[in-house]
Amino acid sequence: MIITENLCKSFGDLKVLNGVSLQVEKGEILALIGGSGHGKTVILKHVAGLMKPDRGRVYINGKDIYSLRGDELEQLRSRLGFLFQSGALFSSLTVFDNVAFPLREKTRLSEQEIREKVLAALEQVGLKGAENKYPAQISGGMIKRTALARSFVRNPEIMLFDEPTTGLDPVIAHTILDLIKSIHKDLQFTGIIVSHELSRVFQIVQKVAMLHEGTILFVGTPEEIMASSNRAVRQFITEVFDSRLRNTLLGEND
Amino acid sequence: MFIRKLGALSLMTLRRTGRMGLFLAKTFFFAVTPPLKFTQLLRQIQFIGFQSVLVIFLTGAFSGMVIGLQGYYTLSRFGSAALLGPMVALSLIKELGPVLSALMVTGRAGSAMTAEIGIMRITEQIDAIELMGLNPLRYLVVPKFLAGIFALPLLTAIFDVVGIFGGYLIGVKLLGIGEGTYFGEMANYVRMQDITEGVYKSISFGVLISWVCCYKGYHVGFGAEGVSKATTQAVVLSSVLILFWDYILTSALF
Repeated sequence: MIITENLCKSFGDLKVLNGVSLQVEKGEILALIGGSGHGKTVILKHVAGLMKPDRGRVYINGKDIYSLRGDELEQLRSRLGFLFQSGALFSSLTVFDNVAFPLREKTRLSEQEIREKVLAALEQVGLKGAENKYPAQISGGMIKRTALARSFVRNPEIMLFDEPTTGLDPVIAHTILDLIKSIHKDLQFTGIIVSHELSRVFQIVQKVAMLHEGTILFVGTPEEIMASSNRAVRQFITEVFDSRLRNTLLGEND
Repeated sequence: MFIRKLGALSLMTLRRTGRMGLFLAKTFFFAVTPPLKFTQLLRQIQFIGFQSVLVIFLTGAFSGMVIGLQGYYTLSRFGSAALLGPMVALSLIKELGPVLSALMVTGRAGSAMTAEIGIMRITEQIDAIELMGLNPLRYLVVPKFLAGIFALPLLTAIFDVVGIFGGYLIGVKLLGIGEGTYFGEMANYVRMQDITEGVYKSISFGVLISWVCCYKGYHVGFGAEGVSKATTQAVVLSSVLILFWDYILTSALF
């Protein structure tokens, strides 16, 4: 279970988070939506403990993550998977070595066992045969899929996805979201997903939270948010769907 | 207004210096506590040490030759051209060897260290390492830090020996000083203490280069411009600090 309690964060004079409180139940995925630059990634980085808030707390499975040190923090992180917006693959390692990296560094598995696990993960994301390629030699979609394989190869209990579909064409974007859905079915992780692919994301998640001007404006099920009468929520959803429609039409005209 | 600006500048400088000091202290702590990333260390020694040999060889040779030439004409004015050997050896062992080697390593390997760590920072690779439960300082910085400490004295030794033979080439082969005089006088005048002085200097320069260059990469700004700025700053700051520290060491210790 993930709980954020009154998170506040400023960068210089810019107030990004202004009292963000969220709760994600065990086994549940929450979609975090909102305009660009409103601090969605900042929330994810706080949940992962990569950033410290000016005020507020984050609890994962009942533990205050900012009070954890050394081994405890390492243990928590071994149960956490994070898919970065850029993929964050190690450019000096091949696709195979990137996915094997957390297993080699943090488990006592034999090289044979690692090989089996990595190949299974790569097969699941449809990257069989690309093991020996370097990140610079593969496409954006393949980078995201490799990063996805790396993030779930250790069977995490908690997964955080930072815009897993941004910059990808609609077909690949849907593939990635379908993959996340099937991995959730296998692992039953608790997760937060930041995405603008609302129509597809709403089919995966159990809960949606909308971030607006540093606070959570709305929390509810996908059906509830679609039926919401709140002006800012309606405006955002209409804008996203309009721009998706526009992109699709432009794509067809091309 | 002016006083306020001056105060703000002093506070900022103080804060930055403190952060750099803390970075060094942490790196040192992780360097002396296990586990050590041995393969990473070997790779870094190969990069900082072995791959710098050619440039050290060339600069060492020409430095020795030019001291041989200048030294011969200066000493001839006092009728002590026979002391060319000790002059070349002492200037190289005590000053030029450690300082010029350090400056060359800063330009060749230090800048690469900053760029590598900086790119890893802006592409979120360092965050990814941290989220896998690994310590980025232990994994990325400590091997570079230790490699600098090991490689610099060895490179300096090569610089000194090649330089002495460069001086020999000019003094003995070109200008006609006796071979026995060149090396014999050197053995009479160069004390063990002079050699250890050079070794201490080069070790401290190794610490300085790795410290400054890794710190600048680790705390890089945003984007490609941030990396280029950090690399420039790293090279400039390292070079100035090398000369400053050289003066301090020479005047305080010897």
